[in-house]
Parts: sequence; structure tokens; C-alpha cells
Amino acid sequence: MAHYWTERLAMLFDMMRDPAFLVVTAMIVAGCSGLPGIFLRQAALGQLLATAGALCSSLLALPALISMLTAGESASFILDWNLPLGPCVISLDPLSLFFLIPIFLVFPAGSLYACGYWPAASRRGSVRSVTFFYGLLAAAMALVVVSRNGALFMIAWEIMALSGYFLLVAEHQDPEVRSAGTVYLIASHIGAAALLLLFSLLKGATGSLLFPAAGSLQVTAAGATLLFCAGLVGFGSKAGLMPLHVWLPSAHANAPSHVSALLSGVMLKMGIYGILRLLSFFPEHPLWWGALLVAAGLGSALAGICIASAQKDIKRLLAYSSIENLGIITAGIGIALIGQATANPRLAYLGMAGALFHVLNHGLFKPLLFFAAGSVMHATGTRDLDRMGGLAARMPWSTALSLCGAVAICGLPPFNGFASEMLLYLGFFGEALAPEPYLALGAPLLALTGGVALICFVKLFGIAFLGASRSEQAAHAHEAPATMLVPMVLVAGVSLLAGLFPQLFLALVDPVVQAAVPVSLGFPGLPIPPVWFTVSGGCLIALAAALFWFLRRRQSALPAGSGPTWGCGYLRPAASMQYTGSSFGDLFGALLSPLIRVRIRMREIAGMFPVVSRLSYAPEEALLCRVILPAGNVVGIAFSYLRRLQHGEVQIYILYIFVTLILLMLWVH
Amino acid sequence: MIDTFFHMALVLAMPPLLLGVIGKTKAAFAGRVGAPFLQPYYDLSRLMRKGVVLSDTTTWLFRAGPTVTLAATLFAALLVPLGKHPAPISFEGDMILFAYLFALGRFFTTVAALDTGSAFEGMGAAREVTFSCLAEPTLFFALITLTRLSGTMSLTPMLNHVTLPVWVAAGASLILMLAGLFVVLLAENSRIPFDDPNTHLELTMIHEVMVLDHSGPYFGCILYGAALKLYLLGALFVNIAVPFTGGNRFFDWGIFALSMLALAVAIGVVESVMARLRLIRVPQLLVAALILTAFSLVLVVR
Repeated sequence: MAHYWTERLAMLFDMMRDPAFLVVTAMIVAGCSGLPGIFLRQAALGQLLATAGALCSSLLALPALISMLTAGESASFILDWNLPLGPCVISLDPLSLFFLIPIFLVFPAGSLYACGYWPAASRRGSVRSVTFFYGLLAAAMALVVVSRNGALFMIAWEIMALSGYFLLVAEHQDPEVRSAGTVYLIASHIGAAALLLLFSLLKGATGSLLFPAAGSLQVTAAGATLLFCAGLVGFGSKAGLMPLHVWLPSAHANAPSHVSALLSGVMLKMGIYGILRLLSFFPEHPLWWGALLVAAGLGSALAGICIASAQKDIKRLLAYSSIENLGIITAGIGIALIGQATANPRLAYLGMAGALFHVLNHGLFKPLLFFAAGSVMHATGTRDLDRMGGLAARMPWSTALSLCGAVAICGLPPFNGFASEMLLYLGFFGEALAPEPYLALGAPLLALTGGVALICFVKLFGIAFLGASRSEQAAHAHEAPATMLVPMVLVAGVSLLAGLFPQLFLALVDPVVQAAVPVSLGFPGLPIPPVWFTVSGGCLIALAAALFWFLRRRQSALPAGSGPTWGCGYLRPAASMQYTGSSFGDLFGALLSPLIRVRIRMREIAGMFPVVSRLSYAPEEALLCRVILPAGNVVGIAFSYLRRLQHGEVQIYILYIFVTLILLMLWVH
Repeated sequence: MIDTFFHMALVLAMPPLLLGVIGKTKAAFAGRVGAPFLQPYYDLSRLMRKGVVLSDTTTWLFRAGPTVTLAATLFAALLVPLGKHPAPISFEGDMILFAYLFALGRFFTTVAALDTGSAFEGMGAAREVTFSCLAEPTLFFALITLTRLSGTMSLTPMLNHVTLPVWVAAGASLILMLAGLFVVLLAENSRIPFDDPNTHLELTMIHEVMVLDHSGPYFGCILYGAALKLYLLGALFVNIAVPFTGGNRFFDWGIFALSMLALAVAIGVVESVMARLRLIRVPQLLVAALILTAFSLVLVVR
């Protein structure tokens, strides 16, 4: 008997040495991490266990993922299921491995953050469900990435979408949250409908729900176009590509911040993964696919960041900036496709490497900024930028970390955003030498996007943290607890590391690039020696530190004084006289009236002696308010007739199912 | 080696002189004697010896603003070739780093301005980021045109490529590009017609209003950094505008220094004969400059 058990144990250790097995174990651990919390009486203990589970899953998965990616290994498993949907295959190839990395980076950071941000003590009602669905969402995303069967993919996709919904409506007492949840659910299912169409078309083409092997799908040109369009609608709406983004800002703004971090940092990337997976089926891609992706991506990036610049809700601003970043990633994929179609290895490599590197980078700095936004909300109780200010003195850590995030997301050196945008710029500039340099026009567009991003994040950082407090709550803000700061420090550290040593991260990107665009094999790799990133970033930091120190010395050697800010002669300056976020963005916003305008609601002043009045203002997106909401109202009226079918009488519902089944059987025979 | 020495010496020592020359030119137009050429140096040395007054509202970011901005500008100074000599640091894509270093400087300058909590400085910061954002694509169009002309993607070979034969072949395009770049030079350095560095009416200013609360050595850093930025963007302009080489290294350095002074005179003339634009006109002029450089690209492609 003892012999039997030692044999079993030895077998287990053997399996533990297999990185693929570790990854699958980590997925299961992640999915079950919130389970004990549901049954445990003490919610705090459940949350602690969930966090430990999340950290464990990440410790198991990350080394395994990195070793498999760099060694170029892949693995697949066939699960035994009794469903008539074909074999249930899950597989870890470079593309899947790569997209698992952000999941296992952001999920444990968010879980740790939740201990301080969504503590069991004060969130008694929702902590169990939030913790459970947080783990389930991470596991579902991992399952989306590894599944190779259309049915399994759709199941995982739906679990992901629904756990996202339940996380999003954690504060469902608030009607705004409920309506954001409903919009999310509808948009998510319109996308899922497009995906169902995609997979049924695929099944029609290949005869099986299994994903075809890379480059093996043989369909007519029209069939390929149909597949591509269905995939673009389904995956593009998940990735928040304009104009399919309408659900995104309100969803990401109303979810708890650690959920927003996971939704924005990782779940949006599932759309990108889907597009890349779909593209991998086709042996060749028409040139217009690439062109369409570049146009959609750059358009979405520019429009997204322009709308972000007018926002006054800190999380809504971040959500629109996600649309921008996902647009940049899509544009990179488009560039790579054009490179592949025109047999241009340089373009293919730089586009795809830039896009994938940006996937990683956005998965770092966007969660950092959402965590920072969470800390600010935790401290001030509001999302409104115009009610913040002066937090830097009371929240020194959060301030420094948000500064890192803001610099990184603007794509400024020495952080990681610069490194990935640099690759895309090099791709665009290389096209300037081509006979028809249309693609080179992307560089000024990307530069404009970067310029507007600077407006957004100077506004976000400067208005929220600096100056004088604009409200009572902001004046009494407090620093976030260590459980919230530690994940932020970690993410910020990795961001800086990726900016200074991009070659470490490009080593993870390269195998995926070669698999996704084989043409790029002809390109020797990064055209700039990566040491320049280290040198420029290092010099910059050293130079700035030396100057700071020198001026500090100089300052202490000289007579010093202090006083109020110079008010240009005005004697009673007040905090309410400061520039607010809205006024900061107004100068640029004035140029954007077709995209977004500020709606001001005020009571008319009446009578000779006006009494106290109210005024409120909010930016409104033109597309949403002028086109989509009116269209939605019309659809709502049309569907109100259908609601007669839904009357709550269960026996009639069962009749519906029976009739449908009979009809289907008639149709099949 | 000796070129690197000259490069560092010019970049570190010459920028304030440009401000002196601009001031003298404007004085000459106004019929005044004007401050001596070396006045900006006196100002800097005085500021380095002056005490610091800090607003109670500010934090360490207020002091980080001038330092990070100057550090970024100093590193950018290593990337631009002066005259027809190679820059100390040159690699593929360095022009993107060049543009983004200025963006980093702008980020920290505007953040430091917002740190004071003053409405005026917030206003200046909003104007600075908005106008610079519109000026950015112009610079990139010019860089693309230069890439196309020279076949390289680094500032040194790109700018050294512009010689007399290139001017003969693509003169029209280069003139359009120079016009666009001159507008960017004036806008990025807050000169008339975009901004008036001399005005004392805070409501109308952009750059000056952002630095109202800085004093002492910190203000010295800002003045020096601004002069350096003018010098670097000016060098970019001069490298394209003056395609001659004398063959002798020292002669070439002389030509470059003289051209920079001539550029300062030109800026002084523009400042003397023009009035500041109304703020709502500024984006229009910037977009016009953008379209000029876009045309220069079209002319090169045809």
C-alpha cells in the first residue's frame, strides 16, 4: 500500500515538473479561489483565502508560462466530455501562452488590492460574490484563451461575460450601475451573436467545431470575408473598437476599481486575442483586411482619446483611454497584416511586435491607473475630478505611483509605453521609403494621439492630486492601506523595467510574432539596439535626480521663504477659483464639438431677487446621445410587443421549449 | 572627438546668447539701445544666487518640474546634429525619442504649474498642452519628409543629407517644410505670434504664466531649459535651411554658430513686426503649418 502511494506521489511530482500542467492547475486554482469564501462564515477569511489562491495561481503560472514561451514549447490536452460538440481540446501554443501572462499578472494584483479596497468588514453584502466572480472571471478568460473548440470557447466566453456582469453590478443599489450593467449585457450578447454566426460558419466550412490548424482554412474569398466581418464585429465589440464601444465607458466607470482594472487591463485583450486567433486560421489575408484594421484602429485611438480629454469622471476618462490603447494595438495588427500581404518582413515584425508589446504594457499601466483611481475614490468618495485636488500632500505614495502610470500611458520615456509606441513609429517611418508611402501618414496621427493623451493625463494627474482641495472630502483624504499600495508598486516597477529593458519583454513577444506573421522571420529583430532604451532612460533618471539634488542643496544654502500662491494681486484667493478638469479640457474640447459636447443643466433665474439655484454639467458623447440611444429607444418600443410572450407562467415556457424541439426535429428530417 | 567637444560646448554655453540677440534685435526695431547681448547670462547667474520662495500649496512635484524638463532637454541636446557634424548619440528612431523628450518636459512643466493651484497657471498649462498637441504632427510630417529624402531614420544622417544638390532637386518641398517648422519653432518656444514672452498681463500668456511661482535657481533652470529648447529646435531648422559645408571643420562650426545667430535675428524681426495672435486664431495657424508640411511630403512623393 505504501508503495502505491509513493508511486502516486512520484507521478504527481513528475507532472508538477511539466509547465503545461502547472498552467492548467493555476487556472483551476484561480477559478476556485473564491469558492471557500461562499461557504465560510467569516467573509474576511474567505477573502484572505481567495487572495492567497490568486497569488498561488500566479506563482504557479507565470514561471511556467515564461519558460514555455521562451523555449517555444506547446502542449494540448483533450478533455473527455459527453457532449455532441466534437472533442474538447485545450491547447497552449505561443499565442495562448502570451495572452495568459496579463491574466496572471493583473488577477493576483487585483485580488490583493481588493483586500484593502473592497474589505469584507465594510462590504459585507457583496464581498462574497465579488471575490467569487473575480476568480471565475480570471479562470474564464484563461479558458477562452486556451480552448480550441468553438463550443467550449463560447461557453468560456459566456462565463467571462456573465461574471463580468455580476462584478460590474456589485453596487446594484445605484440605478446608474444597473443601467451600465444592462447596456453591457446587451452589447456583450450582440457581440456573442456575431461570434455564434462566426463559429457556425466555421463549422460549415470545416465540418467540425474544432478550430482549424494555423493557415489551414480553405474557404472562398466571399466566405473568408464573411468570417472576418463576423469576427471583427464579435471580437471588436469586446475590444471596444469604435463605434462598437458604447458599452465600455459606463461599464468600466461603474465597476469597483479592481474589477475595472481586470476588465480594462485584460478582458478587452480577449477581443484582440480573438482577432489574432481568427486571422491565424487563414493561409493568406487580403490587403484590405490590414488596411481596414489600421483605419479602424487609428480612428478609434484618436476619437477615443479626444473624447477622454473632455471627461470629468476619473474612471470614465480611463475607460476612453482604453479605447485609444486598444485602437493602437489594432492598428499594429493591421500594419503587420499589410506587411504579411506585401511580403515586407520589417513592417510585419514591427507592427505585430509593437501591438503585442503594447498588449502587455497596457495590461500594466492601465490597472495601475485604475488602482490609483480606486485609491482616490477610497479617499475622497467621488469620481468627479472637479471635486478633487490637493491629494498629493496627504497621499504621497498614491501620487508618486499615479505619476508613473500617467507618464507610462502617455508613451513617454523612460516607461514602457514609449518602447511599444516606438516600434509602431519605426514601422510607420519605414513605410516613408516605400514607393507608395500611405502608411507613413500613421506617424503624425499617432503623434497627435500622443499629444491628446498628454492633455488627458496631465489633467487627470494634475487636477486630482495637485493644487488645493476643491471639496471637503478631498481636504480630509487619507493614504490607501498597504494592501492597496503593494500591488501598485509591483505593477509600476514592472512598467519601468519594461521601459528600461524592453528586450526582456520582447523575448516573450517574439515567438508569438513569428507564429502570427511568418513573413517576419526574415527580419533580424529590433532595429534599434535595445541598450539605447536603457541608456536614454537611465541617463534621464540620473540627470533629473542629480539636478533635483543640486537644486535642493542650492535652495538650502540660500535664504528661503514661503507664502500663498501668487494670485496676481487678488487678495482673497480660494480653492474654487482654480482651474478644474473641465476648464482644463475646454480649450481642446472646443475643437471637438462633433464628437463630444458638454451639456449644462441649470434652472432659469426668475424674478427680481433670484434664490439659490443649481447648475450641473456633464460631457456627452455625440454618437451615443444622437444615434445609438434614440435607435435603442425605437428597438425598445418594437420589442415591447415581444414581451407578451414573457409572462412568467412557467408551464407555458415549458410548452415553448417542447414546440421548439418538435419544430427543430421536423426541420432536420 | 573634437566635434563632440564643440557640440557639448555650444549646446551648454550658447543658448542664452540667442535670447540676448533676440532682445537686442527687438530693441533696435523699437529704437532703444537694449540690454547687452550677455544679459541672459547675468540673469541666470543672479537667479542661481537668489533665495527661493515656495508657495504653501506646492509639493515636491513643483520642484521636480524644472529639473525633469531640463534633464529631458539636455538629453535631447545629445541627439541633434549641429551644423553638418554628427550628434554624440545617433541610432535608428532617435528622432522619435527627440520629440518625446520634449513631450516629457511639457508633461512636467504643466504638472508643476497645476501644482500651484493658481487659476492663471492652470490656464497657461491648458494652453500649452493644447497648442503643443497641434504642433506635434507638423514635426512628424517634417521628419517623414526628411526620412523619405534621405532614406534614413536617424536625425544625424537625415539632417546631414540636406545639401545643395538636395535643395536643387527638392527645393519647393524643403521651403514648405521650413515654413511649417518655423511656425512650430515659434509655437513650441512660446514666441510672438503665439505667446508674448514680455507681457505682464497673465491672462494672455502661455509659457510665462506657467512659471509665475517659480523663483531662484528653479526659475534659472526654467529659463535655461527654455533657451536650450529654442536652440535645439533652431538647430533642426538651421540644419535644413543652411545646406553649405566649407570643407573645413572649424569653418563649418563657425557657419553653424553664425546661422544660429541669424535665426535669432529673424525671430527678433518676426517678434518686432507682428502682433500676438488672438488665442482662437492660434489653432488655425498651427493647422495651416501642419498642412504646409503635409504638402511638402506630397511634393517629395509625387
